[in-house]
Amino acid sequence: MRRSSATRIALIYPELLGTYGDGGNAIVLEQRLRWRGLPVEVVSVPAGSPVPESCDIYLLGGGEDAPQVLAADGIRQNRAIVRAVGSGAAVLAVCAGYQVIGATFPSGGEIHEGLNLVDIETRRSFAPPETPPPGRAVGDIVVEPDPRLGLPTLYGYENHAGRTRRLPGAGGFPLGVVRRGIGDGDGGTESGGGAGGSGGGGTDGIVDGRVIGTYLHGPVLAQNPALADLLLTWIHGELPPLDAPREAQVLREARRRALATP
Amino acid sequence: MTTSFPRRFTARTQAALAVERLAAEASRRLGRGSGEMIGGKLALRVSPGALAEVGSHRRTACVSGTNGKTTTTRLLARALGTLGPVKSNSGGANMAPGVLAALSRPPFDAAAALEVDEIWLPKVAREILPRVVLLLNISRDQLDRSNETRRIASMWRELGAELPDATVVANVDDPLVAWAAAGWRRQVWVSAGQNWTADAMVCPQCARLLHRNEAGWWSECGLARPEPIVAVTGPRELLWYGRTISAHLDLPGRVNLGNAAMAAAAARELGVEVEAALAAMAGLGDVQGRYQEVALGEQGRRGRLLLAKNPAGWVEMMELLADAPPRPVVIDFNSQTADGRDPSWIWDVPFERLAGRQVLVTGGRKEDMSVRLAYAEVPHSVHANAEDAALAANEKVVDVVANYTAFRDLLVRSSR
Ligand SMILES: [Zn+2]
Repeated sequence: MRRSSATRIALIYPELLGTYGDGGNAIVLEQRLRWRGLPVEVVSVPAGSPVPESCDIYLLGGGEDAPQVLAADGIRQNRAIVRAVGSGAAVLAVCAGYQVIGATFPSGGEIHEGLNLVDIETRRSFAPPETPPPGRAVGDIVVEPDPRLGLPTLYGYENHAGRTRRLPGAGGFPLGVVRRGIGDGDGGTESGGGAGGSGGGGTDGIVDGRVIGTYLHGPVLAQNPALADLLLTWIHGELPPLDAPREAQVLREARRRALATP
Repeated sequence: MTTSFPRRFTARTQAALAVERLAAEASRRLGRGSGEMIGGKLALRVSPGALAEVGSHRRTACVSGTNGKTTTTRLLARALGTLGPVKSNSGGANMAPGVLAALSRPPFDAAAALEVDEIWLPKVAREILPRVVLLLNISRDQLDRSNETRRIASMWRELGAELPDATVVANVDDPLVAWAAAGWRRQVWVSAGQNWTADAMVCPQCARLLHRNEAGWWSECGLARPEPIVAVTGPRELLWYGRTISAHLDLPGRVNLGNAAMAAAAARELGVEVEAALAAMAGLGDVQGRYQEVALGEQGRRGRLLLAKNPAGWVEMMELLADAPPRPVVIDFNSQTADGRDPSWIWDVPFERLAGRQVLVTGGRKEDMSVRLAYAEVPHSVHANAEDAALAANEKVVDVVANYTAFRDLLVRSSR
């Protein structure tokens, strides 16, 4: 148990990194603590103000090109997230936020420096220069998480142009294997590049210590409450039991049926 | 079937217009929608220059923006109607084929109020050379189409250079719109309001964060909210070229008064006095079924239809719901292609504000909406369709908030 006072959840630059309803992840974490009777505080960090070092969970969401660069500049400058992770905080970084916590990411035809919190790099394409870059990865995505995480299947939606790969000798491990969709796009047999692609056996995301990055964007925790509880467990140790809202189970069942591969 | 076309039309365009009429009539007979799309598409294939030919020699205004373009176009058409015949793509087909269909019948010198899709605006405006272009707002819509808001603003800004004789009527409360319009030769600045600021936090000119206060917004690069000459100043009041005038609409909500202010400013540029324009707009009670009360099923239940297809639209509807007696609310939510496949945006909507009302959920993504409401701690029930939901409501008349395809389907079902 890391702290007995309220769990502090930092929503980083929601005006810049909130394109896909990403603020929903803060709502889900907050409610899952409140419903268990645990004190919680959501700290919304507006762009332009310093990121506090004292939070327990940091949330970074998706964003368009210019805001993504602006956000990366901001969090790189004070490096509070890196120090907080060093003292036990957790991070969930999604979509543009996932790209930003890596070493480099592309935007506006240039390569920008990220936070270097995890050993990944993102490019518009890793194919040889003479090959046309892959299409934007847009559509439903289903990921079978790494067994070490003890999580059920992850359902979500992805929408990104970049492709991501682990650097040589990278720490941590991929979040999971892509069953449907594109994810990192490292599978090599990416088919068509659009929604409903086979996934080609590629992976999505990264788990390194208490840092999770993924292309499952927006309110990924709404569809995957077990992932939310995993983050909370890292901060709290064992959590009191929760009568999870039945709605979430109904939704997962609906997604499972809708996305079942024929 | 003979139509005498103006002599300035090329033989190719005359043929295209004849094809358009045939295709539209055939499509209508077969019951396939209004026929605007298919007829216009075929006609453009026959004569790619048709749009330029039928669009010129008219008083024409194009209306574009993420939210409110259908309503604003309808209001503008009413105002222009005080001067004579008006053509308008009132069916909502707002790309080049739909615009062509609206302009393809006589009289060929009728004024035109044209709704144009944001992405299509440059293509269409380059052809028909409108005298006035209305830019309402830019916010995120259909997340899966990856339309970046700044890219649209940038396209609009460049369009100004190609239309040196056009006047832009632009909403000063939207920084993206103001920046886009600043590149034009002549502007009429209107404060129509903006209750969704999440998409306009970054300066479109220098990419730094925008500053905001009650008086407006500004950026360190010098871009700032222009001083409006027309503004919404109260629930029934406009600032109009230095004086205060009252405005009464049948359409509800402040957002529609903003739409009316934009339309009146455009009508003025085309020769309509504001009093005449507002009087003509006043009687408009519904727009393609929006705000209309329809039967829901066959057991006497009724619903007022409200459209909300993105977070900005939902916030507008929340304001409107707050103005009226708290009826039960049916939320009908889909994520078909025309809606945007990605339903993530519902997490940006402050559904907490519905607490205290009876809420009933339906639609293709009802389960997603149900989870969103559960986390917002809004008690609700889930139903197979809107008619079932209305039947389960505590009152005979409900408000139905639907997104694009859900709304369209409801309208079709209720008019059967
Ligand atoms: Zn600026």
